[in-house]
Amino acid sequence: MRPLGDIEARIDRLGGAAANPAADPAAAARELLSLGEDVLEHWIAARGGTPTAARREGFRLLALHRQGAKGEPSFNACRETCRELVYHHNLITMDPGHPDTAGRLAMAALVANHLYLFVSGKMEVEQLGEFCCSSRPLHANMS
Amino acid sequence: MEEKYKKVAYYPGCALEGSGHAYNRSTKAVGEKLGLDLVEVKNWNCCGAMEVKNVDPKLQTYLSSRVMSIAAKEMGFDTVMAPCNGCYHNLKKAEYDLANDPDSVGVVDRLSKKAGHETYEAGEIETIHALDWIKQAIGEDGIRERLENSLKNLKIANYYGCMYTRPRHIFPEKDQGPDSESTTQPHFMDDLLAAAGAEIVDFPLKTACCGGAHTLSDSDTSTKLVLNLLRAAEASGAEVIATECPTCHSGLEMHQVRAEKRFGVTTRVKILYFTQLLGLALGLKPRKVGVHENISDSMAFVKDKGLA
Repeated sequence: MRPLGDIEARIDRLGGAAANPAADPAAAARELLSLGEDVLEHWIAARGGTPTAARREGFRLLALHRQGAKGEPSFNACRETCRELVYHHNLITMDPGHPDTAGRLAMAALVANHLYLFVSGKMEVEQLGEFCCSSRPLHANMS
Repeated sequence: MEEKYKKVAYYPGCALEGSGHAYNRSTKAVGEKLGLDLVEVKNWNCCGAMEVKNVDPKLQTYLSSRVMSIAAKEMGFDTVMAPCNGCYHNLKKAEYDLANDPDSVGVVDRLSKKAGHETYEAGEIETIHALDWIKQAIGEDGIRERLENSLKNLKIANYYGCMYTRPRHIFPEKDQGPDSESTTQPHFMDDLLAAAGAEIVDFPLKTACCGGAHTLSDSDTSTKLVLNLLRAAEASGAEVIATECPTCHSGLEMHQVRAEKRFGVTTRVKILYFTQLLGLALGLKPRKVGVHENISDSMAFVKDKGLA
């Protein structure tokens, strides 16, 4: 797996390069999606799992998120972030010549960065996101 | 419009008496301006917040149930409005627990008897958020009719935070069609502020984590998460982030300052409660909605925009 520090640096670089018209925006969007998958692989591996190769709604990122949230409902605090990363990937790759592409790519990098920050933060402080969704005590009650 | 929401029990919660004072002030001022009646819950207590909930979830259920018991049984209300996402969430969670978990019902009954008040039973009151309250009691057309100061020069990113929509199953009224709130893409704040004339920008992190609970134990993580939210709002073209939760609001404001000191990154986006923005649009003065009480100074900005 690519080290977390490398992932962060690469996301940062892709975000910084978003305004460069010479860059290939579709390739950058695909890489950001792939970096998101790398982040989730870390989370799953750290909890003793094997990251799935499956896809959900056509995207491995969404399958990985679902896998990562099993038994850890507070991980759903990054569900919409994953979906937004997929959405921005689609916007860029389906129409890379669109006049808004540079802005969309910069936003995709910020979304990927949020996913990185949330997951890496949660790997240090497991309860991150637990106050917010507070799902652990709720689900513990139900079981 | 929902007549029953025109007079509701008001549960401000602890934060609105402290760090979220401006939210309390602006919520009351907007209610008064709109002709809505807020009657504060008598002798209310903490909802159980995060501390109690994570140590003993059933005790949190009891604490929230006591608030609902007073509002329903002693004051005779069928609706309680909580503007704080944490309080709103906890009352909803208690409602869910009491409808689905017999053990919680037993604990709440035992503690209620011990405390000397009637036991709250699921379904006796409806808990709503300040967004539901204005959206259902006044609606977008009602806001448009009452506009005195359009927000037409403002580009706003709406930040809902995590607790307003998660976990989904404690909000059965959401995701029920076009007029209901969405748990994945909440829009009530977008609807109300757009009706007030603002340009609402696409903000992909509107429900993303701000690290709020770790603001003291792991400040750097919180600061980085908030900084990313602020940068994303600016990248989306927003001049203002509108909030609807005192914890989110304080976190965004404090970490905006801390990001500059700790990481040397300055962001200019302003942070205002949605009730402050609505109040300005309805012709209230900035001080009347507590703009001067925010940590980040937005007074000059508000004046520049012709809203003072």
